[in-house]
Amino acid sequence: MQAPPMKRLLDVLREECGLTGTKEGCGEGECGACTVLLDGMPVNSCLIPFAQAQGSVVTTIEGLEGRHPLQDAFVVEGGAQCGICTPGMILAAAAIPRGATLDEIRLGLAGNICRCTGYTSIYRAIEKARSRRHR
Amino acid sequence: MGATEKSRAVGRNVPRKEGLDKVTGAAKYVDDLTFPGMLHGRTIRSTIAAGEIENIHLGFARKGFTIADCRDVPGRNVVALIELDQPCLAERRVRHFAEPILLLAHEDRERLLEAESLVAIDYREETPIYDPEKSDHCFKEIRIEKGDLARGFAEADVVVEGEYRVGLQEQLYIEPNGVIAVPENGGITVYGSLQCPYYVHRALRVLLGLSDDKVRVVQTETGGGFGGKEEYPSMIAGHAAILAWKSRRPVKLVYDRVEDMVATTKRHPGVIRHSTGVTRDGTLTAIKIDVLLDGGAYMTLSPVVLSRGVIHATGPYRCDHVRIQGRVVATNTPPNGAFRGFGAPQTQFAAEVHMERIAETLGIDSVRLREKNAFRPGDTTSTGQKLGRDTSALRVLREAVSRSDFRAKRRAYRGTNRGIGLALFFHGSGFTGGGEVKLASKASLELTETGARILVASTEIGQGTRTMHAQIVADTLGIPYDAVEVAAADTARVPDSGPTVASRTCMVVGKILERCAQEMRRELGGRSAQDYLAERGSLVVTKEYSGPDGLYWDDETYRGDAYGAFGWGCDVIEVERDPETWQIRPTRVTAVCEIGKAIHPVLARGQIEGGTAQAVGYALLEEVAMRDGRMANAQLTNYLVPTTLDTPEIDVTILENPYEHGPFGAKGVGEMPIDGPAPAIVNAIRSLGVDVRSIPATPERILEAPSLSASR
Repeated sequence: MQAPPMKRLLDVLREECGLTGTKEGCGEGECGACTVLLDGMPVNSCLIPFAQAQGSVVTTIEGLEGRHPLQDAFVVEGGAQCGICTPGMILAAAAIPRGATLDEIRLGLAGNICRCTGYTSIYRAIEKARSRRHR
Repeated sequence: MGATEKSRAVGRNVPRKEGLDKVTGAAKYVDDLTFPGMLHGRTIRSTIAAGEIENIHLGFARKGFTIADCRDVPGRNVVALIELDQPCLAERRVRHFAEPILLLAHEDRERLLEAESLVAIDYREETPIYDPEKSDHCFKEIRIEKGDLARGFAEADVVVEGEYRVGLQEQLYIEPNGVIAVPENGGITVYGSLQCPYYVHRALRVLLGLSDDKVRVVQTETGGGFGGKEEYPSMIAGHAAILAWKSRRPVKLVYDRVEDMVATTKRHPGVIRHSTGVTRDGTLTAIKIDVLLDGGAYMTLSPVVLSRGVIHATGPYRCDHVRIQGRVVATNTPPNGAFRGFGAPQTQFAAEVHMERIAETLGIDSVRLREKNAFRPGDTTSTGQKLGRDTSALRVLREAVSRSDFRAKRRAYRGTNRGIGLALFFHGSGFTGGGEVKLASKASLELTETGARILVASTEIGQGTRTMHAQIVADTLGIPYDAVEVAAADTARVPDSGPTVASRTCMVVGKILERCAQEMRRELGGRSAQDYLAERGSLVVTKEYSGPDGLYWDDETYRGDAYGAFGWGCDVIEVERDPETWQIRPTRVTAVCEIGKAIHPVLARGQIEGGTAQAVGYALLEEVAMRDGRMANAQLTNYLVPTTLDTPEIDVTILENPYEHGPFGAKGVGEMPIDGPAPAIVNAIRSLGVDVRSIPATPERILEAPSLSASR
């Protein structure tokens, strides 16, 4: 992948790669809608210059290929309403270690704002995805 | 087509129609779309609140730019809504900060931003008015009169007075406002993030001077609305359309967060004054309420917001003698507009804090006071509406009190840093008064080879419109949920089902669809869709709104049936006070809502949880700091909305008391949950001994408030 070094990772993904599943909500790293995983760690792609991602593995929502248990669980439990925060929220949730307590889940998602759900259904979705994974 | 119990969709948590697209990133929002030859647009806005434009200096070379001002409007330079008072682009006068003046478009976004920074505008400034009490321009005045107020006060032992203040609130949908305008077929097509395709359609016809068939509006997947995409999209669509008309190229206009917060509509702030006559045993004998809302610089939807506000201003309580006076006035701030709840959260905040103060004054239990006065079936509201069998005020109150263990907790928390508060509320479903009759909404159902296709202008903005409508149609036709498709909200394909607002999409539009499905089923007469289509070619059933018999409304006197039905809610909220910082942390919400019938329990619960969280922000965090007529904290860094760490545990109970004219008994649910939490939280703070009467109840405001013992 070639792009100007200071171009935001968010724009590189959306414009150069055509991966529009990553969303821009505020452009200042507050809302988390642009969350992607950089070598498995959640980051705000609106704050990352492309140069900083060099040599790293970037996972976007498209990279989960619809097969991650969280994706189905978000549909079933109503974790996605308008859907604009959902890709970032699912990636942030995917990075939370298994066995995390509810308080740890809250902390793990504290950088991702959802204006629709009040978060409760998102916790239910995470719980459901885990119980499936352990089956 | 035969229904079996097993195939029934209503009441079950069927998969959301567009669920998979939303969790895989496949759903296309407006900023995800591009068109060949597309330009990007920017809006140059006023930097003063009141005055006249004298000169505009571009400061950059025009080559490659499309530049438009009010002279480029092909039709009438207005944003057509209730009143044609708002220009799409300022002509000479400027009435608020961030008023649109000039439009720029260029294919390169960087060049565009650079050019924007070089534009300079000279003004002759005037003295702006920011205080609604000093405004000399009233957009709308409403008076509701029931019984004989003087007699009511004469019957009272005690009169309790109070003034309550509510602030602005930003909708803060996570996807900012945005549209793409495309010149095609001698007209304009607009793709956009919006709630009401036909509002935009009308605004564009007037602005561009085009006939119906030359304007097409297509909703793209919409990343939240909450009212913030009810009327504003008519403005931004107009801007993109003017640029596209002039350049003859597609133009994308997507706001960044700062522009969205500075320029677009917010919840009306207000001052609400109560004066209530009450007997020693707690019977309300007279209610006098004065409501003042700040509309900002143009009318937008202010008269209708005021209307819903005043009708809900008593709260869900009976009283024979009522006078409510409401005014919404102009100031030199950006226009305020629709936001979930639409006036009712403001007035019911005042009503429920006032109710708590009446109990405090009389020294009686505030639950008993509410029980004594809460609406029962057969009671009449302030407009004289006789309430039906589906009146559930007492039921939600008792359920919330027992489920939350309210009384025991209130005793246990006394003298600690924990507080608990309660609010009882109601919310009318559908347009106010004669609104639904005037709208005359239409919905269509088209027979397909495999089932049916819904054709409505109602939009999916997160609440589950497509899913819930498909459930209603599936069960009425007696076919599987999966056999029902939902067409895109595209004015070239769907009839005008009215706007997606006012908790009307399920109860009103859902009911029209139910009637379409009933007729389609009759018409099929037991034949399969394939047989019917082979025989007859096609089948499309269209129905128009038809209200229940006997509904009456007089807009002159404000008497009659204000709404087809009301939902009923009660919130109990527990809080903790940080003894050092006075930060209030809500720890648990018990929300009980009676909504007629939950068509899709997960979606309905999602509306209640989400509305509750937004109201927690309204109550405690969300302060729009206006400085010299502009929002000074137009960023997510300093306009705080609830995150996971600020949102309490929310325990939702849904009760069902069917409304006979709703589809499967359903009433509205979307707005009601935002009415209760703010007063419940402030009442919880009051239980800590602080006389707070305004929101947001920030630590600063709580520290400034007198203690209850001192103010009683």
